[in-house]
Amino acid sequence: MTQLEAISTIEQGIVPVLNKHFRLQWEPVQDSFVLLYPEGMVKLNASAGEILSACDGKKSVSDISDFLEKKYPDAEGISADVNDFFSAAKAKGWTHFV
Amino acid sequence: MSSRIGPPLWLLAELTYRCPLQCPYCSNPLEFAQIKDELNTDEWLHVLRQGRELGAAQLGFSGGEPLLRQDLEVLAAEARGLGYYSNLITSGMGLSYERVGALKAAGLDHIQLSFQDSEKELNDYIAGSHKAFDKKLEMAQVVKEFGYPMVINFVLHRHNIDHIESILDLCLKLGADYVELANVQYYGWGLHNRDNLMPSAEQLRHAEEVTQRYRKQHDQKMQLIFVVPDYYETRPKGCMNGWGSVFLTVAPDGLALPCHSARDLPIAFPNVKTTPLKDIWYGSDGFNRYRGDDWMIEPCRSCPEKEQDFGGCRCQAYLLTGSAENADPVCDKSPHHHVIQTAVAQAQYRDAEVQPLLFRNTKNSHQMAKR
Repeated sequence: MTQLEAISTIEQGIVPVLNKHFRLQWEPVQDSFVLLYPEGMVKLNASAGEILSACDGKKSVSDISDFLEKKYPDAEGISADVNDFFSAAKAKGWTHFV
Repeated sequence: MSSRIGPPLWLLAELTYRCPLQCPYCSNPLEFAQIKDELNTDEWLHVLRQGRELGAAQLGFSGGEPLLRQDLEVLAAEARGLGYYSNLITSGMGLSYERVGALKAAGLDHIQLSFQDSEKELNDYIAGSHKAFDKKLEMAQVVKEFGYPMVINFVLHRHNIDHIESILDLCLKLGADYVELANVQYYGWGLHNRDNLMPSAEQLRHAEEVTQRYRKQHDQKMQLIFVVPDYYETRPKGCMNGWGSVFLTVAPDGLALPCHSARDLPIAFPNVKTTPLKDIWYGSDGFNRYRGDDWMIEPCRSCPEKEQDFGGCRCQAYLLTGSAENADPVCDKSPHHHVIQTAVAQAQYRDAEVQPLLFRNTKNSHQMAKR
């Protein structure tokens, strides 16, 4: 799947939700957010950690982009990052959309 | 050196070596029955707190059968409070509706239930208990009922690996989210019984093929993890992601180990009863012994792959070659690789003369310790 196709599969109005059995947690020792699940742990990079921690089961994909653009006004390409992240997260089984 | 050492991210708490089952591939030490003085509740709580402070986030409660510890609920509650993601690794024996409820209320995150086979007869023969299969089926429903992820573990070997289809059908029926199809690893009782457990290459090929088919059909529903016996590889596994790299095991008597098999090595490992976990992880000779690559000898020392597999498993090197510094003999660059080849060659003949399975129980353990 090309990046463009991946982005086009995500509608901006749908709401991403963390799948059950997954827990997002800030780990001071690792200085990052991690995703915990049965016998697994993924250390998230700074951008993925920010995006997933903004995912509260209420905000839509575009709400999350808006929220992060306000929080980081100097950052560029947030919307594309958010789209990329959620298409990857869905493929990995971390999140689904409602 | 301590600045280069990362934190222990995974803590495995082996709460007890006691177990109502007798699986002949158990990874516990052969002499488990001689090892007494289990840590008490306060000592375990102290271990959990120290581990979390060092950075451990994943916690396994294992054994033996951890449910034999009546304080499991207390430990699970503390684990949740500290922020661990906690896993109970159990045979299901000793579980009940009430107990799953109590563990859920305490904050236990997930339960991994092991089966010995998809058919009652073989399951109960391997487990050494005529009640085991029915109990497991019952407990699988209960675990599901409480909204836990359904994680099922099947240990595969030559006696059950051909049942792979019915094993996977059972997992689908039980609504498994994750299935671990783990071939026996040859340590402890598994090593003693190796020649009677190892599947043939043909059996293995069939099982992998069927697993791949189910994986394609049920990808979204059920995740399948297939672990091949490393004897069939030509490069060793990157054991424990490197010695003292992320894993910390605490044995029932408080011995701190870089992996649950390391007790077999001729190293005096520290005990959590007398040494703080931080000193154990960063400062002890046992944990520092095989960190990095200064300890390596040839063929590992000059090997371009040493960063990926760390020379394999130190315990396997010790158990099969007599020296833990040697390359894991699974590696075909090892001068001891013939040990692996001989065992594999023998596994191709189903009718080969092999010693009968020695079941893992207290009586056999005392006898093995006398040898």
